[in-house]
Amino acid sequence: MNLLPYTIYLSFAGAALSLVAGMRSAAAARATALLTAVVCWGITLYAACGFTPSSEVLTLVDVPWISQLGIHYHLAIDGISLTLVVLTGLAATAGILFSWNIEERTGEFFAFYLALIGGVYGVFLSADAFLFFTFYEIAIVPKYFLIANWGSTNRQYGAMKLALYSFAGSALVLAGLLWIYAVGHAEGFGLGQLAQAAVTLGHSQQLAVFALIFTGFAVLAGMFPFHTWAPTGHVAAPTGASMLLAGVVMKLGAYGCLRVAMSLIPAGLEYWQPVIAWLAVVGIVYAGLVALVQDDFKFVIGYSSVSHMGFVLLGLATATPTAVAGAVLQMFSHGVIAGLLFAVVGRMVYERTHTRELEDLRKMPLHRLMPFAAVVFVVAGLASMGMPGFSGFPAELTILIGVWQISKVWALVAAVGVLVAAAFTLRAIQVSFFGRAGDVSGVKPDLQSGTHVPAGPVHLMAPITWPERTGAILLLAATVVIGLKPDLLLDWIVPSLHSPLLQPIWLGGAP
Amino acid sequence: MSHSYLILARAMLPEMTLVAGALLALAYDLMFGHKRTPAERHSAALWIGATALVAALIDSVSVGVMGPVYGHTLLLDKLAVASRAGVLGLALLTLGVAAGTKPARHPAEYVAIILFATTGFMLMAVAHQLLVAFVALELASLSLYVLAGFAKDRRESAEAALKYFLFGGMASAFLLFGFSLIYGATGELDLTRIALVLVHTELSPLLALALVMVLVAFGFKAAAAPFHLWAPDAYEGAPTPSAALIASASKLAGFTLFMRLLWPGLGALAGDVSAAGNASGWTTLVAVLAGASLLLGNIAALAQTNLRRLLAYSAIAHTGAMLLGVIATPLGGAGPLFYYVATYGAATAGAFGVIAVLEANGGCQKITDLAGLGRRSPLLAGCLVVFILSLAGIPPLAGFVGKFLVFAAALKIGGVAGPAGWLTLLAIALSAVSLYYYLIVLKQALVAAPAPENSGRIRVPLAAALALLAAAAVIVGLGVLPSLVLGWF
Repeated sequence: MNLLPYTIYLSFAGAALSLVAGMRSAAAARATALLTAVVCWGITLYAACGFTPSSEVLTLVDVPWISQLGIHYHLAIDGISLTLVVLTGLAATAGILFSWNIEERTGEFFAFYLALIGGVYGVFLSADAFLFFTFYEIAIVPKYFLIANWGSTNRQYGAMKLALYSFAGSALVLAGLLWIYAVGHAEGFGLGQLAQAAVTLGHSQQLAVFALIFTGFAVLAGMFPFHTWAPTGHVAAPTGASMLLAGVVMKLGAYGCLRVAMSLIPAGLEYWQPVIAWLAVVGIVYAGLVALVQDDFKFVIGYSSVSHMGFVLLGLATATPTAVAGAVLQMFSHGVIAGLLFAVVGRMVYERTHTRELEDLRKMPLHRLMPFAAVVFVVAGLASMGMPGFSGFPAELTILIGVWQISKVWALVAAVGVLVAAAFTLRAIQVSFFGRAGDVSGVKPDLQSGTHVPAGPVHLMAPITWPERTGAILLLAATVVIGLKPDLLLDWIVPSLHSPLLQPIWLGGAP
Repeated sequence: MSHSYLILARAMLPEMTLVAGALLALAYDLMFGHKRTPAERHSAALWIGATALVAALIDSVSVGVMGPVYGHTLLLDKLAVASRAGVLGLALLTLGVAAGTKPARHPAEYVAIILFATTGFMLMAVAHQLLVAFVALELASLSLYVLAGFAKDRRESAEAALKYFLFGGMASAFLLFGFSLIYGATGELDLTRIALVLVHTELSPLLALALVMVLVAFGFKAAAAPFHLWAPDAYEGAPTPSAALIASASKLAGFTLFMRLLWPGLGALAGDVSAAGNASGWTTLVAVLAGASLLLGNIAALAQTNLRRLLAYSAIAHTGAMLLGVIATPLGGAGPLFYYVATYGAATAGAFGVIAVLEANGGCQKITDLAGLGRRSPLLAGCLVVFILSLAGIPPLAGFVGKFLVFAAALKIGGVAGPAGWLTLLAIALSAVSLYYYLIVLKQALVAAPAPENSGRIRVPLAAALALLAAAAVIVGLGVLPSLVLGWF
């Protein structure tokens, strides 16, 4: 347990080391990065093994930092952050495996990558709002460079849009935090201290502050209508970064909504609940419908991320222990599944076919050419649709059960979103991997002649490499294990929902 | 009241060291310069200057806090000691910037004038009487005009110097007029006694006029909108080290002087900006200047293509936040504002240091001249990232902590209900806008490919590299451990 802070330090140290190693050789940088990520993941798993679920928030480090403002360097862990920390370790490791083919400025790539990871670990472990915000911003900066340097389609635009949305969101958060601190005369920036200060604010001020902080974080969680950065950003990003963005970084936003906005100002949640829930529900259905008509394979996955994050926001907005537990489970589940989907589309398919247009992919017998990728995508697609046996099912089911108890309308509309998700996922599977299944099955796949394969480089298609296989299997294993035994995570999450920090949500949030 | 010259001499030891160092640099060049190459003269002058600055730094630390000196003419409180140290550090960084440039035609004169300007800044930091304050300000300003026009063979430099001189001269006239009105109204020159008289005085029209005059001058000196017009031209045309000095040490000394003048001196006339419609005083005017600077600086910076002009508009935007810090001084103490201005100075002077090295390697005017910096010199690119991200206010760098401290103090004035609160929220919103132009700079440095004609590796002179690394280390170090500075106050 006490090793957990080292995930932060090791990631930053690994970033520096990768930069140095990259000056010698790309292989050294890759090895350094992978080793760092695996060690950090190992630490999180080790900590998870020694974790006893309870309603306590376990302090890891707590030393005075900026005593003039009462700011502490305070790292702590509970079941919720443990879930997300484990997810971070997994997503980081898989992301590095899928970034194995980065040849240009490899050291710098992994330096930015690990710096981002370090920031993410920091956010999930912070128990002081100032520290939380610091790590949050540290995680934003590398995203810009990862996309702008190593991205694909329209990368400059996508990177700038993503960075500006993120920074605009964090400016709102900063304004809200300072507002509570200054007007509520808080003694410091500890989450508990701020919560006490927030109560002293007038009711209308609480509503305004909640709107600021929640919106700020929700931008990063991809809440409709502030989601537009997500598809463009995810599509522009290199595969490893898309996996991380969709898999972990969007969770930073959702986690901030829960840990900061909702727990500090439960009264605000009570007031804004219908607005947030409706935006979340609209986001689920709208993003799903948009995904249904995309021509670009990666945009389908990008919008599906927005749709699935809508479930997280809906679960949070419902503010019952069941729904919030489902939301946290969905964070984990979506982190794994989105990683898988982006890995297949961005790395396995795009790097080999050099196209993401569904129309072009339809003409290629991809299920023959890349059976492994096809299997992975089908399984990930099933998980994404919420099929029983995969992690998406218990997560979305728990959320919907929780929502049903509060509002049947939201639950019904969200359930329509599940159907839409099934539609766009099946369409993507059908068009991309089994497009000309009928045509090809009759003939021998004479790839060398190229008569059946219109796109030029298809016949040069490289086999799936071991890092890709390893990464995909790790993620698949995670979604299946959690799908079959969600209690593994729920046993951590549920007791933590009754920690003193989150208690006000159930008292003030439920109508 | 003690008027001991011995104590005065002790308090003035750092200033005397600087003057001696300046004269030594001149004398050395006069005696031995004709035998040496320009590069040798350049580095000899810089080393003498650096030694003098370090000696002055040791002096000023060893002199320490002395309280009022020579009656109330000077005041060596904690702020004065910190400002002196800050000014010396920033001047040292300026010499590091100069080490990265091509040798000037008269290196010894250049270094000597930098030291004279620094002497002026040091006096501004300790001045506690109107006349001393004015003389110190003029010593610094006149030196800066010369420094701005030092590249005699470049039209832009002459233009920069002329504009700076005309605006600055006008500002000095306003300041002197304001001071004379204050003297006329109160009959006193030193700030402590002025404060005592003002406690029993209403805000008369005469005093209001004096305040306006003083603040106009302050606005000119600090490059606050709408008195900022000289700044972009001066930053663009002046030799790079001069621009670095104008942007950093001069700003720190100016803010120390005016914070002293306004709060301990004219605090009784501050007015109240905690809620709309409250009694007005000079804080109302400062709030207007702050709002105008924040808006104009950030929005105009979005449209810049010239890197130096971009830094100038960013300086104007930062001035807005610093003015907010001036208003908030009673709530946060002098610490946050000092921290903000000092670390801002380090970041800006550091950015100019990177420009200076690039200038010696093919030129750096447009933002696109930074293209491929990451591949041409990882050291410069790394330092530039730290400086620019600090200016942008990204944690854990000092620029973020400075803004955070100032905003926290400003929001305590009256919450979000009054002009101070609105200004703070405006400043936070605009800091998100500012990210755009800072990222544009970093995009060129780290993402864009080098231009074909400018793609060779850059050799960074050792002294310049050390200065830039030291500045970056200070920004990171103080950002992570701000208590090192805040604990002093």
